[in-house]
Amino acid sequence: MKFFVSLILTAFLSFAACLYLPWWSIAIVAFLIAALIPQRPGWAFLTGFIALFLLWGGMSFWLSSRNDHILAQKIAAVLGIGNSYLLIALTALIAGLVAGFAALTGSFLRARKG
Amino acid sequence: MRIVPFLVCAVVTTGLVIALNMRLKIGGKEAPAFGSFLSPQHGFWQNAESVNTDYSADLKFPQLNGKVNVYLDERLVPHIFAEQENDAYFVQGYLHARFRLWQMEFQTYAASGRLSEILGGSDPRILDVDRMMRRLGMVYGAERSLEEMEKDGVTKKACDAYTSGVNAYIETLTESKLPLEYKLLGYAPEKWTNLKTALFLKYMSLDLAGHDDDFEMTNAKSFFNAEDFEKLYPAIQDSLDPIIPRGTAFAEQKVMPKAPASADSLYFNIKPVPVKETQKPDRENGSNNWAVSGKKTKSGAPILCNDPHLGLNFPSVWYELQISTPAFNAYGASFPGAPGVIIGFNDSCAFGFTNGGRDVRDYYEIKFKDDTRREYLFNGEWRQSKFRIDTIKIKGRKDFIDSVAYVQLGNDWCPVMYDKTYSGGRNNSDKYYAVRWKAHDASNELKIFSMLNRAKNYSDYQAAVTNLHTPGQNCAFACKNGDIAIRTQGEWPAKWKGQGDFVMPGTDTSYLWQGMIPQDEVPFQYNPERGFISSANQKPVDEAYPYYLGRNYPLYRGITINKRLTAMNGITVDDMKALQTDNYNMLAQMILPLLLKNLKEGDLNADEKKYADLLKGWDLRNDVGSKGATVFEVFWKNLADTIYEDEYAKAPKLTILPFESTLAEGLLKDSAYKYVDNISTPQKETLADDVTAAFKKTSVELNKASANGKLEWDKYKATMIRHLLRIPGLSRLNLPIGGGVHNINAAKDVHGPSWRMIVQLSAQTEAWGIYPGGQNGNPGSKFYDTFVDQWAAGKYYPLWMMTRGEEKDKRVKWVMNFSK
Repeated sequence: MKFFVSLILTAFLSFAACLYLPWWSIAIVAFLIAALIPQRPGWAFLTGFIALFLLWGGMSFWLSSRNDHILAQKIAAVLGIGNSYLLIALTALIAGLVAGFAALTGSFLRARKG
Repeated sequence: MRIVPFLVCAVVTTGLVIALNMRLKIGGKEAPAFGSFLSPQHGFWQNAESVNTDYSADLKFPQLNGKVNVYLDERLVPHIFAEQENDAYFVQGYLHARFRLWQMEFQTYAASGRLSEILGGSDPRILDVDRMMRRLGMVYGAERSLEEMEKDGVTKKACDAYTSGVNAYIETLTESKLPLEYKLLGYAPEKWTNLKTALFLKYMSLDLAGHDDDFEMTNAKSFFNAEDFEKLYPAIQDSLDPIIPRGTAFAEQKVMPKAPASADSLYFNIKPVPVKETQKPDRENGSNNWAVSGKKTKSGAPILCNDPHLGLNFPSVWYELQISTPAFNAYGASFPGAPGVIIGFNDSCAFGFTNGGRDVRDYYEIKFKDDTRREYLFNGEWRQSKFRIDTIKIKGRKDFIDSVAYVQLGNDWCPVMYDKTYSGGRNNSDKYYAVRWKAHDASNELKIFSMLNRAKNYSDYQAAVTNLHTPGQNCAFACKNGDIAIRTQGEWPAKWKGQGDFVMPGTDTSYLWQGMIPQDEVPFQYNPERGFISSANQKPVDEAYPYYLGRNYPLYRGITINKRLTAMNGITVDDMKALQTDNYNMLAQMILPLLLKNLKEGDLNADEKKYADLLKGWDLRNDVGSKGATVFEVFWKNLADTIYEDEYAKAPKLTILPFESTLAEGLLKDSAYKYVDNISTPQKETLADDVTAAFKKTSVELNKASANGKLEWDKYKATMIRHLLRIPGLSRLNLPIGGGVHNINAAKDVHGPSWRMIVQLSAQTEAWGIYPGGQNGNPGSKFYDTFVDQWAAGKYYPLWMMTRGEEKDKRVKWVMNFSK
């Protein structure tokens, strides 16, 4: 239950934060949620990772689909990444890693020794 | 709390964020900061505009005085209907920024020598280009022009409204809404100013009136003897068909430029100069325009056609629109960066331009007292120079300070462009060269467009175009009342023969420009007997014109156009489309029979024979898929190399080869053309020897092209439209389009017809047009390159001059309402 609540809160609050703050506010959100809703470190990492992987992956997929992938194909070519789906995956992965590690950090703030 | 893992993870997280916030170098190139660039809420995904974007909007701006309705049609062309004229310019500024902001700003950064600020210093050529722009006096010229523009109340108000409109859009921008290129390069737009509009106009002046070969010609002159020089760089072209037909009588000469007494010893007997420019405007910045009178058309109404040839870029230099105000109603191509319609038509007439292409940029060698450049010798006395100190910001590095001396030559302050600190990227010379460029002079070029947009008849047109000083243009005109006209307009220096072909002594007044050609001596044609006017950058007049006009003019497009128009009658719009996109090669028609006659076929191997057969079977058209065209073009280039290689082997490195027309005319006049003999061999070569040797070289090159599947002319030529940042992913490469430098359809590799327009001035105007690009500059928009394929295929769109009452027309897709 904690896992799902954390996951949804992390994704939702990351989205809200990025409306006003720089992209790295996702790290702060993931950190805070993990600190406030204690989970074991492994679960915390997964929460942050999955929340942002899905959020950024989902958003970029949605934006790209509406665009018939016109821009994603061009940017994929500019960055030398195979195709637009790999670019979406890269977007999701980056956000997932940042949020995952931030959540992991947050979980260690609360986790007891032993 | 588990301190150690906490700290480790905190460091990893922070490190990740920092790394993703940095512009890292990947494969030698600076990549955007991945965090913000990939963020779906901040980065490029935000530019992935929905293919179903709704462009409609209701917008309120206190800067407006009345209502403005903008109807965007299915090609995203705005039809602007404004109650007040200046409100129309506000909205034009807003729309230019909405769809083209990045390019507008980038071009003014380039014009003012500020590219280092956004592109950084990793490529030293960027700083060189920035210094070149500043040393040429681009900002100086723009400032002087702005002063002149703002003296004129009408222009000032239009510019103010335009600037205010651009800024109104910039103010709505948040990080996520920035155009893609800002995100790629990592910077944000500045406020627009009237100076930026002036800078943009100077950018066009540089492109169109910035070309010179003075140093190259100086070196050629110093190397060849007088007889050879005249043969290699003749001032007269035998086959010239000038803009103003031969035999036209000209007004009596009022300005009498005199060559200084010392010219023969000091000037024409000049020493070579070891200075080189890094970047030069394209020599072939040409264009075609013509207008046929009603007596030659099927409808009985005049037709005007224009296709300016410019660099083919994304986003395009043109943005199509209609502006309708109580004072005028105009449609056509506008410049993102400036108010008004530049090439187009209104309810009464149509107007179009080709480049005048005369030499209006000359150099003077300056004598300074010492290295401080504070005093220079002029008319026997030491005079004080002025300095312009330029601080060039370089992203990620410390500023570069450049100081440029300005010296007063006659009445004009001229920048000493080349000095000990700057010789255009080549080894340093001890000499100082000041540049006198016509674009330094104050003038208000926007006025001509404002006046043309509302011109009703020939006298309005005449009053409008005489305001054009630089870049000088051949201004074509056609009117519903049946008038057609062309004026080889510009404020041109009146030169004595040879003046400014080479660098000139700058220590006294004797070599300065002695005056401008008076406006009533500017050649023009008004309703000529032959029933058409035309220009294709050829020399405007024959030898009867009293002023010296320089040596270098493209020849062949003009010949083709005049021949074809002379022969045509009952002309329709479709005929004009076919002519404007014609790939016939006039140079080949003239020279190929002579070359084939001299080709020693017995000496050819199987491959060479195959190519010779292709050439013999060629229809003289540079069409898509033509192999013969490729053989001819490569052969002709190799022939010039073979013929001139030996003569130029020991010439100064910085020089210029004879023009193609010089070689063609030289061979046609005399097949024992002096230069066919290879002076480095004991035997005497004939034309047949050279032709055959060149053909053998050609065959080797063609074998390579063939192996790469590039024997067809369009594949060999590989016309492309490049993004201004030269990023292939944002460009369109290898377009299937024919044509070439000597064809009316002058589509070269990165340069070509930038806006094709045909206007039939019948009771109901019938207009057609297309440009290689799209209305939306965002690479993420489906409107980014909408017109490219149609353009390459030689197709046109009907240009819809919308009228009030057509708001419900099915072509209207979106409506933007602007009000107070």
